[in-house]
Amino acid sequence: MNLDFSPEDAAFREEARTFIAQNYPQQLRDKQDRGEELSKEDYLSWHRILAKKGWATPSWPVEFGGTGWTPTQKYIWSEEQARADTLGILPFGVSMLAPVIYTFGTQEQKEKFLPGIRDGLVWWCQGYSEPGAGSDLASLKCKAERITGDDGKEYYIVNGQKTWTTLGQHADWGFFLVRTDPDAKPQSGISFLLIDMKTPGIEVRRITTLEGGHEVNDVFLDNVKVPVENRVFHENQGWTCAKALLAHERTGIAGVARSKRGLEKVREIAGTELSDAGGPLLADPFFKRKVAELEIDLTALEFTELRTLAGESSGKGPGPESSILKIKGTEIQQRLTELVLEAVGHYGAPYLRDLGHNTNIGPDYADGVAGGYFNMRKTSIYGGSNEIQRNIIAKMVLGL
Amino acid sequence: MDFSFTEEQSMLRDTVASYLADHYSFEQRRDALKAEPGWRPNVWKAFAEELGILGAPFAEELGGLGGGSTENMVIMEELGKSLVVEPYLGTVVIGGGFLKHSGYAGASDLIGGIIGGETIIAFAYAEPQARYTWQDLKTTAKKDGGGYVINGHKAVVIGAPYATHLIVTARTGGGQRDAQGVSVFIVPKDAKGVTTRDYPTVDGFRASEVTFENVSVGADALIGADGAALPLVEKVIDEAIVATCAEACGVFRKLHEGTLEYTKQRKQFGQPISQFQVLQHRMVDMFINLEQSISMTYMADIKLSDSDVERAKGAAAAKVQIGKAAKFIGQNAIQLHGGMGMTDEMAIGHYFKRATMIESAFGSTDHHLGRYENLSLGKAA
Repeated sequence: MNLDFSPEDAAFREEARTFIAQNYPQQLRDKQDRGEELSKEDYLSWHRILAKKGWATPSWPVEFGGTGWTPTQKYIWSEEQARADTLGILPFGVSMLAPVIYTFGTQEQKEKFLPGIRDGLVWWCQGYSEPGAGSDLASLKCKAERITGDDGKEYYIVNGQKTWTTLGQHADWGFFLVRTDPDAKPQSGISFLLIDMKTPGIEVRRITTLEGGHEVNDVFLDNVKVPVENRVFHENQGWTCAKALLAHERTGIAGVARSKRGLEKVREIAGTELSDAGGPLLADPFFKRKVAELEIDLTALEFTELRTLAGESSGKGPGPESSILKIKGTEIQQRLTELVLEAVGHYGAPYLRDLGHNTNIGPDYADGVAGGYFNMRKTSIYGGSNEIQRNIIAKMVLGL
Repeated sequence: MDFSFTEEQSMLRDTVASYLADHYSFEQRRDALKAEPGWRPNVWKAFAEELGILGAPFAEELGGLGGGSTENMVIMEELGKSLVVEPYLGTVVIGGGFLKHSGYAGASDLIGGIIGGETIIAFAYAEPQARYTWQDLKTTAKKDGGGYVINGHKAVVIGAPYATHLIVTARTGGGQRDAQGVSVFIVPKDAKGVTTRDYPTVDGFRASEVTFENVSVGADALIGADGAALPLVEKVIDEAIVATCAEACGVFRKLHEGTLEYTKQRKQFGQPISQFQVLQHRMVDMFINLEQSISMTYMADIKLSDSDVERAKGAAAAKVQIGKAAKFIGQNAIQLHGGMGMTDEMAIGHYFKRATMIESAFGSTDHHLGRYENLSLGKAA
């Protein structure tokens, strides 16, 4: 058992670090630093640079554009990205949909969809949750009826509503779970459809979240016509795809490297803020202890993730243990935002979103901190709530 | 032993509750916050004229209702239930507190103005460097002829955009963090040299960064003893803490009720999610947190008339309980609402935001835990 990095790994780290330093767009960096809302082009700019280098999709099989990196290299890569505070690659296409396509898709679907995802040319969104189907996703009602069109081809006509569609306002395409057999048991009558968001009958409507942002949407589908060849895997067996996708969604969710960077930020802020005693807040015994506890919990998560990665590299897919990563990862992300909010004291209160930037109201690092805390409450709700994750562990791991 | 309210206090509660039911729905509040000036002067006018509650804690000979901190508590809890942003705390509890406890010569006029709704006060005490150490003051008031000249910057002054007057802490002597040398002044907001930079807060209030630049005031602006007002400041802040705890209890009640209601009607896996034991226990723990918060608020209210140490211990202890409960009840209310709890369109998130800001109002949980330790166990432990 060891954690040593080989000379090759060290060289790879150097290469990764240099690449980021030389290629990360300054304009994007500035916008991030100022906390500005990002445009669609902003979100995709870094992705496209990585795609040119061949590094946008490290986890994919090499034949579709993966890098063939060892788990250690992937780990180093995620560390370096977090260290440089790069914008994360959007997960919807790259880590959520693509594994479904290259695992369950037809040759035509692989050829048609994977390159656009890899190169950051097509923006995907997720159509899973419905107003009545959240944790109980299998109870979804959005229905798809099969018809033969005037052109003699087969189509689905989709009707229903999806919700919590993250960044759906920018989406070119969406992957949707729809009910194709209303009489079957909940899990058995579901199909997995890829839908062009420009199809007539689709309306994307903004949901404003409690910190004031526009991150999620309702998606209404009214007689939306989808060619049958846009179905992935067999009719009525979409649940198999959905489950596989959710497991992938959960491993990415641990966010260890990002939380490490978050912890550094807490240290920076608490090193500047003053405590009641007049010294740096980071020297305050109460605060210091909370930072230490969080760092220890993050280490426990990191080593749990490393064990999972090591298991994966010896051929085990992400199993129900990934629920541990989801629960602990999101709890840590939330606690980080609590600590930052606590650190900034009085200046957690101003709401400066509508006042533009450089307001000179409080320190720059306090801007948006409360909003970040409010927003991160979502993490223990999405991707299968943390209560559901505990059910999964109870059932699948403990056999209860 | 008696924890019941008098008939007058119960009537006061009902009066406030019924007015707010008619005039302070979630939608009415939301629309008012979005528009300028971000609060409703007509509601304030109704508080003064229709309800008469702005006189609740003042003596009858001044035109008040003859109540005290318990009346403030009753009113604040109701204001919490409706997330009221109008400045009862700053004006009546804090402004009124300073005027009542200081023997200030101009008190009766100003209290008359408060009761009538014309005088609105914001408390400018926090400074960017000071965190929750109230005597850490860079703001100075230098003797100048018969009066004083004030210079300094006050941070996040809640309610300053609505205020007619500011009550300001400033140093008239001693070093930046000394207990001696703290003085309190009342300054008209339109005094020459006072500038405000206004902004909304995350929980729907309006606040300002307030700068004092060579603001000349007369000797009659001084409230309390020159250079010896820290005990007064601490007393009034403890009263503000108890009032805020009462507000929090109102906020917590709504968070808890709203969660029970939502989980009873929200169905997943073929049944209301309130049927899942793990969620039932969570809601029970929210309820326990609420009940403990109410108990501690009553305790602290009773201790307000005790010795300085007992009063301070009571307020600190209550604030610790409320701070912990704010986190537990607030976070779980959102969690049990699922995605719906994350939306701006549901009231629950707004209660959560207020609960979160109450956690750090007048000192965080850690601050008050440390304060309690010092008061209870001695500083030299």
